[in-house]
Order: sequence, then C-alpha cells, then structure tokens
Amino acid sequence: MSRVLSVENLGIGFRSEGQDFTVVRDVSFSLEAGETLALVGESGSGKSVTSLGVMGLLPPPPQSRTTGRIVLHSGDGDIELLDLPESRMRRLRGDRIAMIFQEPLTSLNPVHTIGDQIVEAIRSHRRVSRAKARARAVELLEQVGIPDPQDRLGTYPHELSGGMRQRIMIAIALALEPDILIADEPTTALDVTVQAQILDLLRRLQKDTGMAMLFITHDFGVVADIADRTIVMYAGQTVEEGRTGTVLSDPLMPYTIGLMNAVPRLETAGLKRGDLKTIEGFVPDPAALPQGCSFHPRCAFMQEGLCDTSPPSIEDAGGGHMVRCKRWRQIGEGRET
Amino acid sequence: MTPDTPLIETTDLKQHFPLRRGLFGGSGLVVRAVDGITTDIARRSVLGLVGESGSGKSTFGRAVMGLETPTSGSLKFDGVDIARAGSEEMKAVRRRMQMVFQDPFSSLNPRMSVANTLSVPLRFHEPGLSRQARRDRAGEMLETVGLPARYIDRFPHEFSGGQRQRIGIARALMVRPDFIMADEVVSALDVSVQAQVLNLFARLQREMQLTMLFITHDLAVVGHVSDRVAVMYLGRIVEIAPTRALFSQPHHPYTEALLSAAPTPATRQRKKRIVLEGDIPSAVNPPSGCPFRTRCPYALDACAEGVPELRQVGPGHRTACIRDDLTLAAAAGN
Amino acid sequence: MLTNTSPPAIAEKDRRWITSRPVRRFVRHRLAITGLVMISLIALLCVVGPWVLPHGMLDIHIRDRFSPPGTETYLLGTDEMGRDLAARLFMAGRVSLMVGIAAMVLSTFLGAVIGLVAGYFGKVIGTVLMRFTDAVLCFPQIFLLLVLAAFLEPNALMITIIIALTSWMEIARIVSAEIRSLRERDFITAARISGASHTWIMFRELLPNTIGPIIVAATLTVARAILIEAYVSFLGYGIQPPLPSWGNMLNNAQQFLDTAPWLAIVPGVAITLAVTSFNFIGDGLRDALDARSDLQ
Repeated sequence: MSRVLSVENLGIGFRSEGQDFTVVRDVSFSLEAGETLALVGESGSGKSVTSLGVMGLLPPPPQSRTTGRIVLHSGDGDIELLDLPESRMRRLRGDRIAMIFQEPLTSLNPVHTIGDQIVEAIRSHRRVSRAKARARAVELLEQVGIPDPQDRLGTYPHELSGGMRQRIMIAIALALEPDILIADEPTTALDVTVQAQILDLLRRLQKDTGMAMLFITHDFGVVADIADRTIVMYAGQTVEEGRTGTVLSDPLMPYTIGLMNAVPRLETAGLKRGDLKTIEGFVPDPAALPQGCSFHPRCAFMQEGLCDTSPPSIEDAGGGHMVRCKRWRQIGEGRET
Repeated sequence: MTPDTPLIETTDLKQHFPLRRGLFGGSGLVVRAVDGITTDIARRSVLGLVGESGSGKSTFGRAVMGLETPTSGSLKFDGVDIARAGSEEMKAVRRRMQMVFQDPFSSLNPRMSVANTLSVPLRFHEPGLSRQARRDRAGEMLETVGLPARYIDRFPHEFSGGQRQRIGIARALMVRPDFIMADEVVSALDVSVQAQVLNLFARLQREMQLTMLFITHDLAVVGHVSDRVAVMYLGRIVEIAPTRALFSQPHHPYTEALLSAAPTPATRQRKKRIVLEGDIPSAVNPPSGCPFRTRCPYALDACAEGVPELRQVGPGHRTACIRDDLTLAAAAGN
Repeated sequence: MLTNTSPPAIAEKDRRWITSRPVRRFVRHRLAITGLVMISLIALLCVVGPWVLPHGMLDIHIRDRFSPPGTETYLLGTDEMGRDLAARLFMAGRVSLMVGIAAMVLSTFLGAVIGLVAGYFGKVIGTVLMRFTDAVLCFPQIFLLLVLAAFLEPNALMITIIIALTSWMEIARIVSAEIRSLRERDFITAARISGASHTWIMFRELLPNTIGPIIVAATLTVARAILIEAYVSFLGYGIQPPLPSWGNMLNNAQQFLDTAPWLAIVPGVAITLAVTSFNFIGDGLRDALDARSDLQ
C-alpha cells in the first residue's frame, strides 16, 4: 500500500466581518492507495472544510487562511498542494483528485446534456478527440451501472432520478482515473435503498481502480459500510482515529461514545424503550472555544483540573488507534470491567 | 364514540394529483401519490410511517391533517368524516389535530417573535384569552419543551435548528391537541440534537397521552418511537405490524430490503446487503399488479395480476405480498 | 431539563436593530450613504432654507432681475421677475418632495394590498388582479398622466393621486410574486392549521416578510415620482404657477435659456440630485436586505 496523501497540521481559518475564526485546527492524517478513510462529524466539526482545503476550493486569502502541509504523493514526486498556484491546482483537480458532492442536482449543469458534461470533463484535461471522449463516456456510464448508456448521453440532469444523477457525478469524477476521490456526503440526500446501491458501486469501483477515497459523512452506519479507517472530528479537530471496526466497537473518545449512544439502533427497535442517551450541551462557537479540551463542558468523563486546563494532544492507544483525550486509559478500562 | 375506537381511521384513501399540460384540461396523467390506504391509529399510540421518496407518506400525512381534499375514500377523526364535515365541526376537529414540520428553517415565521408564533393557535381557538395570558401560556410551553421562558421575545434566527424544532413542537401543543402529525421532524438535525428531540417527543407523548403519526424515512428512528410501523411503497401500505414484529419478522420483500439497506454501525464486519435493482418507479405510471414487483427479488408471474391486498400474518401484522413461503432476513432478533 | 439547551445562536450585537447585519451592510455601501446624506441636505435646505434666506419666494425685485448666482444677497440669482431663485427652489423642493413621498405612500399602499390579495388567493382572483395590473402597465405612463391631468384640476393633491395611480403596478407585481412563493412555506401551513383567518395570514404572517422588497421598491418609486412630477409640471399640466415646483420652474426657464441659463440649470440639478439620491439609497437597501437570507 503506498501513501497517496499526507495532511500535516492543517489549520483553516475564515474571516467574516473583520473577525477571524479558526474552523480547522491541527488536523493530520494520511491516505493510502486503495483504502477508504471516513471523516465523521456533525455540523461545525470542520469535516467539509477540510476536504475543501485539500481540493484547494477555499476562498482566497484574506477570506480564508490555510496553514500546515498537504502533500500529494505520486509516481513523479511529491507535490505540496498548499504552495501551488491556482493554475496548477486546476490541472490536478479532476485529474488526480476528484470530488463528488451531496446534491447532484446543483453539481450538474442543468442546461447541458450529461454526455456533454462528461466529455467536457475529459477534454479539459486530456487532448483527445470528441469521438474518443464520447466513447469513454459510454464506457464510464456502463461502469457506474447506467442502463442503455449510449442513449443516455443525450439526457438532461433533470430527467434523471437522484440516484442516477449521483452515478453520473461519480462517472465524471472517475473519468480521468484520479488517485483520490473525495466524497462529501454523497448519499445523504438519497433514499436508503439507493444509498445502498451507490455505496456498493463506490466499493466496487474502488476495488477495480485502486483509488483512495476520503469519505465525509455524519452517519456511522455508512462509515461501518464503506470505510477501512475512520477519523472522528469535533470542533475543528480530529479527536479519534483508527480502523473502523475498532473505533465503532471500542471508542475511547467520550464524544464518539456519546454519538454512538445517541443513535437509535435497528437491533433494539420495538423493545421497551428508554430515552436515548444524549450528549448534553452544545457544539461550541469557534470564536469562543472552551479552555483546555474543546469537548470537556459536555463530557461525562470530565475531570476537573485535567480536562479544563490544557488542550489534549493526540495519544496512541495502540494498534493505530489514536485518541485526543487525556483519560482514554480509564475509559478503556472502565469498559472492560 | 367509545374510548376504544381508533382516533384516526382511513378507508381506501386516495390522493391523486393531475399533471396539467397546457392551459386547459389534463393530459390525463395523474400522480397517484396515495393509492388506497386503509388503516387506523389507536388512541394514545404512535403509528410510524416509513417509506422512501415517491412512497406518498407525506401526502398521506397532509391528507390526514385535512390539508388536501382526498380524491376518494374516507378519513375519519374520532368518527367525524373530515371530507364531509361542516365548518363548525371542522373547527372543533382542527383544534384537536396539530402538526410539526420537517424544516426548522421554514417552519417558523422569521418576522414573528416566539411569543407571537406560539400565540397564534390560542388567538383563534381560545379567543377569550388576554394578551398576557397568551404570553404566560407561551412561556410555560417553552419550558415544557426545554427552553427558558425568557426566550419568548426572541426571533427564529436567534435559535439553532434543534431549538427551532422544539419551538415548533411547542406551537403544536399550545391548544392541547389529541393528535400530532410529525413529518420528518428530526431529518434535518444533527445526530446528537436528533436524540434530544426524539427524547422530548417520547416524553411529551407519554405525559400528554398523545396519538401520533410519525413520518420518516429513517428506519432506526421509526423503530425507536413507534408502537406500530407501516411501510409505504408507491402510495400503498405494503406491510404494517407492531414495531418489534416488523423488525424481527418482516413479511414483505420491500421491508426486508429497507431493513437490509439501512446503515447500522453495530457490526464489526459489513452487513451482507440486499441491493435492489433499478430506481423507484414513477407514481404516474405504477407497475401493474404489485407495485414492488419490478424490483422484487422474489417476484413471480402471479405478482403482475392484481394489486395484492393486505392480509393478516400475525397479531396486528399484515402484509401485501402474495407469497407466504418466504423467510426474510430480520434486522433484530426475536 | 435545561441542560440540553444552547444559548441563542447569535451575538448580542446582532440583536439590536441599529447594529444588526442589514444596517451594517447598508452603512458600508458608500453610494447609499452618499445618497442619504445628499437627500438629507436637500430636505434640510428645503425646510429650513426659506426661513433663513433674506427674500421670500414671491418677493419681486424688478431691478435685480436676471441676476446670475452669487449676486449680492441672491444666492442662486434671480428670475425674470427678480424673485430669489434660492427661495423659490427650496419652496419648490418642498412641493416636489412632498408630492414624491406622498405619491409613494399611496402607490405602495395600493400596490401592496393588490399584490397581497392577488398572491394569496391566486386562481381566479389572482389572475384577474394581475392581468389588470399588467394591462395598466401596458399604457405609456406619460399618456395616462396627461389624459388624467387634462380631465382633472391640476393641483398638488391631484398630481399626487394621479402619480400614485400610475405607479402602483410595479409594487403589486413584486408583492404578488413574493407572496406566491411564501405561501407554500411551512410556517404558513402552520398558521392555517392553527386556525388563522385569511386576513391574519395575509397581513400578519405574509406581509411582514415582504417588507424588504417593498421598501426597496418604494424608495425607487419616490425617485420616479419626483421625476414624473417634474415633467408633468414641465409640460404645464402639473403644479401651476405661482406655486413653484421644480418642474414648472424648468418650464418657465425654457424661454430664457440663452440669457439666463441658471434658471434652468438650478432646478435641473436639484431634480437630478434628489432622484439620484433616492436611487442610491434604494440600491443600498436592496443590497443590505437582499444578502440577508430571511429564512435562515
């Protein structure tokens, strides 16, 4: 497995009405070829902003400021993405790193046929004839499971269902065989059965092409389905990281534990229900982060003097399981007893 | 009406919308959003209604609320036929049924303070109250839903999504209704906020003895809040059962597919999923016979002949599948 | 039970009207502030000026006739009868501005009500009202004005009414369109379910949500009204002398264009400044109110 992306100490801030807000702090992770890494969090966690940062789609300074390093590893050397001028970044986008979004209706241009859009995506990065590009488009539509691809080239986005449109988005994203696919909540707006189809498709495509996938979502169920490794984000920081199975079944960060408890389970449906265990309090305002650990005001395991003084750093709990919590050992032990 | 009769009863309820092309008359095409629903909701119970887009669940909810006139069929609230009721009767009925909406951002008037928004139902259903009395009731209701009473003079944009949903719930409860229709009320909320609002709903339902129709696309949520669950597909109920029974012993292939597709974080290894072929057919042109047969992994030729009716397969458990020889995968143990 | 709540999501400073986001946005819009300052100055001069100036607008000084601006005590010069142009200008300003604002109020009221009813009820009533609005819009406004003015006695009140009757259509269309989109929102359904009457929903639920576009349209209507008054009076059908208005001052100045050009320039500039100010303010308001998403 070779590494395709390294993110080191990424920090992203925005300026609004003269004030600066830090929305992503100290985020570090890496992505290997062929693996799917999930970024999980609720609103305000910074997960989407992180992915926009990797793609270079943030507004230019002074509206946004980015610090740290994002390195794209490739056959011909490493590229520092944050140092790249926009013209070079544009060449990479779509070609080496592709992205699909939540709402395919707004990501596709309603006045162009889908055939035209795929062809344009191909021809903006490769010098091929229209005919060859169209042939490739048909190939791609087949790959993403669209029936009668030859006929579909002439349809418009609004003539297709949400699931089909998302497949088209995936086809466009995959047109140039990127090394990395960033998927930002691609199934959130889809029906559950369609979601299953799309996740299935993404898994299959990943196996066929060997690309790496950065999958952003708020749904732990989707994470369980698609991700090899998982990173949980809270208030702009990564708070837990590890193999998906480990993070979901033995979480060590109280926020992760809280989230897992707050989700209703199919397995316990219909049994005498008590209340869901909720996480008290609220997500902090980026302009007014708590002292010490950002989560401590809401944390059931909070220890005075420890959690509210200095911010915790990422600690290794063994086997690639990383936690940003000072009390992870006690939490782990508490579970075993 | 004895207290044991269901609060809501529908018989072969249909809601069709014409697709109009051109200035006059239709092209003859109709969207069969609700295509023959016969069901009931027992007093003080929660019926969960689950389905994907095009299932007609929201349209059914709106029909129950009397917001649309049914194309055919009957809808009774505590014995009163809503479609044929006079305006006085309707007014009395209206007071007893209220609704909570999906989108916290458009369900409150941005230009009205919380106090005013909460006062509207009182102004029209309890006109004798003084302004101060209305304010007091508004403050009380805010506390009931977990917000400080002193927030009544604030405006919607000063609240978060979860708080706005609470205000929406407060508004629905102002006239102490018997029935609440909740249409995707937690779909737009974050996981942790969703849990808080679901707990609130459960508590209020218990304390105020409310009858509820809880519409959602999320199976885990519906399993958590409902006493009975009905699964809708293309305007029809395909299966209805007490919650536990539906999740542990589904009898309809669509239910099985939904349960299988629903993401769960539980397992260490990935669930083996039943992935349906194709898209949901359009409600303008539903397939003949069983509406699900075009995507059903167990379809037979017989499925194309006639729309299956709901048949009993257990206590309170009915399914609209003609096959009785299937053992379908459950989502929960027995 | 209160532990699960969060504090209000917006900063204290956004709560007070004067420091709220739309006001802050407006203040940053330089043209809008310029317009506001200009029109305030003009209004101030028109109200206070005649008290401060040494001459009344009707005082005739034949010996000082046709004095250019700056001569002796005549700030802006004198006209063909030796009347102080500044005094006349400011008095005329009062008339023109008042007619403009009054016409705006009337047409806004009329247009808003028609738009509200048309948009809310839709179907037959809505179609009839909006087609009627379209029909009136089709008439060339000047034609309408002149026809009406020819039949009715031209005084300030009449002119105001006439201008109002020919300016309400734009607002009606804007309001109707807004209402049509707003009436499908959940909070309106909620009001219906709460048993609210039509009147309540129209005036207490829907109307406050259209205030933004109405204010913008109204501001631009003042500008147009002032302009309309000016040319109707210029054509001789508006405010009649000896009562001055900027328009009839222009009319009067036609014959003296080569001998005393200031007689035309002064009122012309006044009209331009006033109209432009209102346009700038309208632009600023549109930007300030537009960027804020009402249903956020």
